[in-house]
Amino acid sequence: MFLSVFYPLVKYLIPPKLGEPTTISVTVPWKPAELKANSGRIFRFGSRPGLLIKTPAGDLKAFSAICTHLDCTVQYREDRQAIWCACHNGVYDLNGKNISGPPPRPLDPLQVKVRGDQIVVMKG
Amino acid sequence: MHACIDCHKGLEEERLSRPVKKIANDYHMVRGLKCQDCHGGDHTAFDNKEASHSRAKGFLGKPKRQDIPAFCGKCHSDPRYMRKFNPKIRTDQVKEYYTSVHGKKLREGDKNVAVCISCHDVHAIRAIKDEAAWTYPIKVAETCTRCHADAKYMKAYKIPTDQLKNYKKSIHYEVLTKKGDISAPTCPSCHGNHGATPPGVDSVANVCSNCHAATAELFAKSAHEEAFSDLGQPACVTCHGNHDVLKPSDELLAGGKDTPCATCHEVNSSELKKANEIRTHLQDLAKGIDRAEAILTRAEHAGMEVGPPRFELIEAKDALIKARAETHLVKVKRIKTLTDPAVVIAEKTVKKGQELMVQLQFRRKWLAASLLGIAAVLVGLFFKIREVDRRGGSG
Amino acid sequence: MRVNRIIGWIEERIDLSGVKHLLQEKVVPVHHHTIWYYFGGMTLFLFVIQVVTGILLTFYYRPSAEEAYESVQFLMTDVQFGWLVRSIHSWSANLMVATMMIHLFSVYLTQAYRKPRELTWVTGMLLFGIVLTFGFSGYLLPWNVLAYFATKVGTNVAGVVPIVGRALLRFLRGGDDVTGATLSRFYGLHIAILPLLTTLILGLHLFLVQQQGMSVPPDVERASAQQPIRTMPFAPNFLLRDLFGWFVALGVLAALAAIYPWELGQKADPFASAPAGIRPEWYFVFMFQTLKYIPARVGPFDGEVLGVMGFGIGGLFLLLVPFLDKRAARGEPSPLFRWIGIGIILYIAVFTALGYLAPGGK
Repeated sequence: MFLSVFYPLVKYLIPPKLGEPTTISVTVPWKPAELKANSGRIFRFGSRPGLLIKTPAGDLKAFSAICTHLDCTVQYREDRQAIWCACHNGVYDLNGKNISGPPPRPLDPLQVKVRGDQIVVMKG
Repeated sequence: MHACIDCHKGLEEERLSRPVKKIANDYHMVRGLKCQDCHGGDHTAFDNKEASHSRAKGFLGKPKRQDIPAFCGKCHSDPRYMRKFNPKIRTDQVKEYYTSVHGKKLREGDKNVAVCISCHDVHAIRAIKDEAAWTYPIKVAETCTRCHADAKYMKAYKIPTDQLKNYKKSIHYEVLTKKGDISAPTCPSCHGNHGATPPGVDSVANVCSNCHAATAELFAKSAHEEAFSDLGQPACVTCHGNHDVLKPSDELLAGGKDTPCATCHEVNSSELKKANEIRTHLQDLAKGIDRAEAILTRAEHAGMEVGPPRFELIEAKDALIKARAETHLVKVKRIKTLTDPAVVIAEKTVKKGQELMVQLQFRRKWLAASLLGIAAVLVGLFFKIREVDRRGGSG
Repeated sequence: MRVNRIIGWIEERIDLSGVKHLLQEKVVPVHHHTIWYYFGGMTLFLFVIQVVTGILLTFYYRPSAEEAYESVQFLMTDVQFGWLVRSIHSWSANLMVATMMIHLFSVYLTQAYRKPRELTWVTGMLLFGIVLTFGFSGYLLPWNVLAYFATKVGTNVAGVVPIVGRALLRFLRGGDDVTGATLSRFYGLHIAILPLLTTLILGLHLFLVQQQGMSVPPDVERASAQQPIRTMPFAPNFLLRDLFGWFVALGVLAALAAIYPWELGQKADPFASAPAGIRPEWYFVFMFQTLKYIPARVGPFDGEVLGVMGFGIGGLFLLLVPFLDKRAARGEPSPLFRWIGIGIILYIAVFTALGYLAPGGK
């Protein structure tokens, strides 16, 4: 009886694998050097997709990858050096601003912090 | 204190007093223009019809219908004038108008076709960004079909008048009106506004491809592109319709005789069999995703957290969208390479959902066990209480 | 043996005669109303559960508008048995308010508030107010949609009180609107201020109960003239029975946590509109529903103000009942106050039911 109270208590106090809630900050699984300039990758931010890009100039930026038109997942287009949504040809510039097609609003921005070899993305 | 307004507002004839009532909503007025800026005349000649209507003071009166484009164009086609109000505004509307069917027919003497005021109203001309404007995206179909849906009015032109009826069935109309997405296509999006002309058979695909770029690219690489152009069939419209563009269903590929494929292909041909194969792949993936969604929702309602598996499922959903677009290339293998991994993901998600349900069962079993433990304690306590009472407790 | 040696060692230094008396000689009256005696202890037990689970929750909960919801989500998914701790905390809170109400009304109807137990009653009423405040402040902490709007409505009602209302609203909210500042405030209230107040007032309440023993209902007292009241020793008879009840409560809590885990809902979005059918926790529903029925204006007065003042007067009445009920103070039957009590219970029951069943109330 005692054990069935103690056992959950002890397990509760032991910290879980993910140290903290992931909707606030996420360490993406790539090192800064691994990412080529003019490229983008999708990562998980909470339960939603995020887009991490390295601009042609070498800056790291991150946005919510959910298109503001009808919620499709956007992608990075190297040939256009812009963020593109395949569903209805919406285009966003490298600041996430909607510049062409149906999207009515810019992409939600996320904060990128580089700590040595780690890239951490946080709620903007 | 304006001669035109002061006089006209009191006139008995409704058609002469109407403009005064309407100008309360006119954008020209907001920008500081008044009657004389369009109609000329002397606005300071109070109570003096002759002087205020004097030709010498440039009075133009009511322009004749075929002169209306030039009347408006007096300012709107003059970049130097328009620049004072809005440096970026276009000034080629009248030029464009005369390339349209409306403009050409007006030149030929047809007074029934649309002119500027037919679409923009007169005396209550609202800015195009004004939601109440006749040309606002949500309202413009109404404006066009005021004439184009009127069978009597359109009798002489021998063109269909069911466009609005069909358009209202479409997904574009639904997204425009129900979701309020003003980027959704309506009449001017495909037909143009000032240069309104139906896109020809060979150019309609260009219109659709403005938004549906990915799909158009795929179609252009497919065998259908050449086949359609040889047959003089318009791309996109042949299978999807023009005004009644419904939300496409995988059933379009079912291969039956009432599907668009059967328009050209024999019912039991290998092509239709291929189409059906494609449909099977898509349906399998769609069903897999539905199954995954269903079990995740069940787990969620039972109190389990489903954020991570939901995220994984997004990849499968994205793949389905891509695969559906890929049908335009009509290569079964390509579609399979998209749907196969996605089906795996959907199945993995279903497994995750089942794991969550198992966890739920674990919790319940754990609960049952601990309840048994508690029940044992309670039984023990009960007997202890009886013993203690009997020992001479309750006096 | 060892235990006796330890006790001996302590007794040489601290006077344990009070504790000894409690354990060896305290008795509890036995009659047909004895069952109600258990509800005070039950409430105390559930409060202890709240303290334990509450402290555990502070290990993972983050009290800011940006992180609160996510931290609770984290608790429910990634922390081992986090779902259990959180669900028990939420369910036990509700059960505690329920047992507290039973305790309050059983004490009232057996007139245990009469002399010499007036102070015990007053401290009890203060504790009641504190527990309701615990419930109200704790409800906001997950920062989900329901909590956000319930807090908005609740603090709005506070703002309706004449003269001090506006200041009270700003004090509660930490500003003019419900924001992260409100969350911080409610958190401080919930884990520091209220526990401190509870410790002091509960301590006094329990001390008084120990000092004065259990009150006996007037009719039993009158009957005891002919026949002495039966009693049972507090330890071990009454305590074992208490323990029995507590284990039943533990089982009920575990079952509720496992079968009906407390939901989290959606994160609060101040810019979204309030969802339909918004309603406070059940123990506030009767007030909420009453306010819905009062017309906007009653004569020259604002309806809502009248309602809030009405509740204030009701609460004040309950607080002062030992001093108002002169007949009970003299040991005489006091049917008027009896009926008032029954009336209050019926009113709360009916209006709570209406809050859930009336059309437009779902």
